Amino acid sequence: MPFEGIGAAVRRKEDARFLSGRGNYTDDINRPGQLYAFVRRSDRPHARIGRIDTATAAQAPGVVAVFTGADMLADNVGGLPCGWQIHCKDGSPMKEPPHPVIAVDKVRHVGDPIAVVVAETKQAAKDAAELIDIDYQELPAVASMRDAIAPGAPMVHDDAPGNICYDWHIGDKAVVDAAFAKAAKVVKLELTNNRLIPNAMEPRAAVGDFDPNSGDFTLYTTSQNPHVIRLLMGAFVLHIPENKLRVVAPDVGGGFGSKIYHYAEEAIVTWAAGKVRRPVKWTAERTESFMSDAHGRDHDTVAEMALDADGSFLGLRVSTLANMGGYLSTFAPCIPTYLYATLLAGVYKTPVIYCEVKAMFTNTVPVDAYRGAGRPEATFLLERLVDACARETGMDRVAIRRKNFIPTEAFPYQTPVALQYDSGDYQATLDACLKAADYAGFEARRGAAAAKGKLRGIGISTYLEACGIAPSAVVGSLGARAGLYEVANIKVHPTGSVTVYTGTHSHGQGHETTLAQLVTDQMGVPFDQVDVVHGDTGRIPFGMGTYGSRSLAVGGSAMVKAMDKIIAKGKKIAAHLMEASVEDIEFKDGQFSVAGTDKSKTLTDISLAAYVPHNYPIEELEPGLDETAFYDPKNFTFPGGCHVAEVEIDKDTGVAEVVNFVAVDDVGRVINPMIVEGQVQGGVAQGIGQALLENAVYDESGQLLSGSFMDYSVPRANDLPMITVGTEVTMCTHNPLGVKGCGEVGAIGSPPAVINAVIDALKDYGVRHIDMPATPQKLWSIIQSGTPRMAAE
Amino acid sequence: MPQVTLTVNGKQHTVEVEGRTLLVELLRERLGLTGTHVGCDTSQCGACVVHVDGVSAKSCTMLALQADGTNVLTIEGLAAADGTLHPMQEMFREHHALQCGFCTPGMVMSAVDLVNAHPEGLTEKQIREGLEGNLCRCTGYHNIVKAIAAAWPLMHQKAAAAE
Repeated sequence: MPFEGIGAAVRRKEDARFLSGRGNYTDDINRPGQLYAFVRRSDRPHARIGRIDTATAAQAPGVVAVFTGADMLADNVGGLPCGWQIHCKDGSPMKEPPHPVIAVDKVRHVGDPIAVVVAETKQAAKDAAELIDIDYQELPAVASMRDAIAPGAPMVHDDAPGNICYDWHIGDKAVVDAAFAKAAKVVKLELTNNRLIPNAMEPRAAVGDFDPNSGDFTLYTTSQNPHVIRLLMGAFVLHIPENKLRVVAPDVGGGFGSKIYHYAEEAIVTWAAGKVRRPVKWTAERTESFMSDAHGRDHDTVAEMALDADGSFLGLRVSTLANMGGYLSTFAPCIPTYLYATLLAGVYKTPVIYCEVKAMFTNTVPVDAYRGAGRPEATFLLERLVDACARETGMDRVAIRRKNFIPTEAFPYQTPVALQYDSGDYQATLDACLKAADYAGFEARRGAAAAKGKLRGIGISTYLEACGIAPSAVVGSLGARAGLYEVANIKVHPTGSVTVYTGTHSHGQGHETTLAQLVTDQMGVPFDQVDVVHGDTGRIPFGMGTYGSRSLAVGGSAMVKAMDKIIAKGKKIAAHLMEASVEDIEFKDGQFSVAGTDKSKTLTDISLAAYVPHNYPIEELEPGLDETAFYDPKNFTFPGGCHVAEVEIDKDTGVAEVVNFVAVDDVGRVINPMIVEGQVQGGVAQGIGQALLENAVYDESGQLLSGSFMDYSVPRANDLPMITVGTEVTMCTHNPLGVKGCGEVGAIGSPPAVINAVIDALKDYGVRHIDMPATPQKLWSIIQSGTPRMAAE
Repeated sequence: MPQVTLTVNGKQHTVEVEGRTLLVELLRERLGLTGTHVGCDTSQCGACVVHVDGVSAKSCTMLALQADGTNVLTIEGLAAADGTLHPMQEMFREHHALQCGFCTPGMVMSAVDLVNAHPEGLTEKQIREGLEGNLCRCTGYHNIVKAIAAAWPLMHQKAAAAE
């Protein structure tokens, strides 16, 4: 039997169906008698809504019903809830204005739903939606945070003066100011972290179904966390008790965070199905995705590092404006606070850190977690600032990093911004990455590029992130309104095959493979006899889903606990069957044996005895071999590593091409190296996209200019290089698998590596900083306007 | 309503469609072939790529009526009748060239046409340029490029052996 346990690059179970067109995505689901919903959305950034005339639309061919926000309000439908509450510097809670499922009196961004048409066909619904007459009274809009914070700016919400959602901070400002006062050198950078649109390839979709006999609702939806949706939608929006609401997230075509949140359309189709007593399907057109999926990033930041004379970091001071958009999305408030400012120590022993964050409402699509969520923003800031420190102190950029790294002997390491790192070896990942990237040989490559008329640069990023979210009590104290444990139910069936029911959700990560490998490894069950079930609240126990690279660290740990219970029970059964003492039973490779004898029983012998308990310790033990375990993590996990990017810039066109990219990451123990490599490559691709190509652009009036794949540049095959991935392992010390998480590291570490490389390539042009994306136009302008300093200078 | 007659994966269908019905809507909604996906509305993403008379085409950018009399191959029809995967499907699996699977049907159909069109061989650069019309958000394309390069000799050796 081939080795298919922990560490094996097992090919994926999911691939056969995906490669044959037999995936089961939400839009592939059709229920008998199904109708179609089309959402009429605001094309105005900010407006009062007067009369909404739906009469003509309601009479159009094929139309079954037209609903507005007033209809939902009249039916006692609640607003979309926010799952995290931040408290301000002064202790007051954040402003949390209502977020109606369908806008009622006012629209606050282009794409805000105003009405929904339900019809016999998609085309009929869409045609009729155009017949709805909306009386807009346009209001001045604020599209950028700069505009939103200006005195006298138009207010997005009447109860949020100055458009401020919260004004939050972490750290002791006086102590940090004192560190700056005695610094030999202060280096300051102003940076923007560009707004991104996640763009999973599968557009969001939802099918609502209602069974009039039982009164049960079923929602099929493109979600990363069906139980979270059931809880939020059932308890807060539609007031459907859990026993009457099933949420199914079937095959989901990518998420990257954007499918965590509870969206209006999920509530619309479920509620509408109850109203019209027929199933209702909604599928986003890509244009709708651009203006209704939560966006990511969007920070404006001023960051300062205080250094002593020999280049040691003395203190970090950061002030950030973070865009929330027009409403608070489900987890929006925690992203620029506890997933951002707490990461500002990075891999460095900076002794004191202060960060203040103002979260702003604007007339734009809500902003929430997108791959990395807060950590890419912190990493970009730090790794750009560290490079600037190197340049402005004349130190080598590798040397200044090494000098300030947290040393391996310092773990567990308490940062000044709340987190305690358990393990890591930043010198090791740096060394391995520099070697794999042939850093030492770079100057020769720069020279060769120059001979071709190209500007070549190399950039480094040494980063850390916090994932595996999260200890429930800790996040509860920080404002989370949910627990963040995970659950696994593992059934050993009578004849020895196994089904794992996990609360995590796979939307590309390959859980059906990786989680099965855990069972093969720990219980000796052949890989092809293990199935993993996820994504259906009707089948799986109450788990929290997948985001924040948590599935193995939290969900895998829950599986280990459940397997431990199974093995412990199996030992009791084995002891009974072999007339031995439980203490003498050993379990290895699927065999229960009596120590020091040749007596043994297979897991199948034990499971059969458990379900057919004729010869069984029935007085002491329940039948069955079926265990559930919940795992609440003790800490976050802290993957980290080094990314090196090499770019060549064409002087005539300004196009920057990434010609080499190497990532060496410490993601803890690796279960399936093929999948880890793929996760890192995909993350790096999104990071290169952020650095060079992608930008969500609003004009001053609040119109989204980058609203299609023709305007928003998702990387294509020809925009990217081969991406070399290596791993260096230090084990997570507080979960049973030693795993840390690999889903986001690529997107976190790579953007500053690319921008540092671009700036290195332009080092003779006196460029201090370039905001992302480093487009050809920006770089061409720099090259045109700058006079290269002579090499001899 | 007008009628369209076409052959899909070897089976002939005659279907009444609206003039504006797209080929992808015919495939997904009328014939139940949901393996072909719709990822955008601007003909950019390529999740909907099928073969029409042996050549890749974006089925979201073609009216069903334009497909009258054609022979259409979708992802569901690519494997052999006994279920044996096409070499391109097999190499995608072997090289982990898919994650969420949503772009995969279009990506595989484009890749098959790309390899078919280049019996002389394919460089990495040609593969990347050949995928211009297909977006993938998961893989960073690294493993897709590897899979296509690995499928090329399998597809052309097979063709050579059959001659």
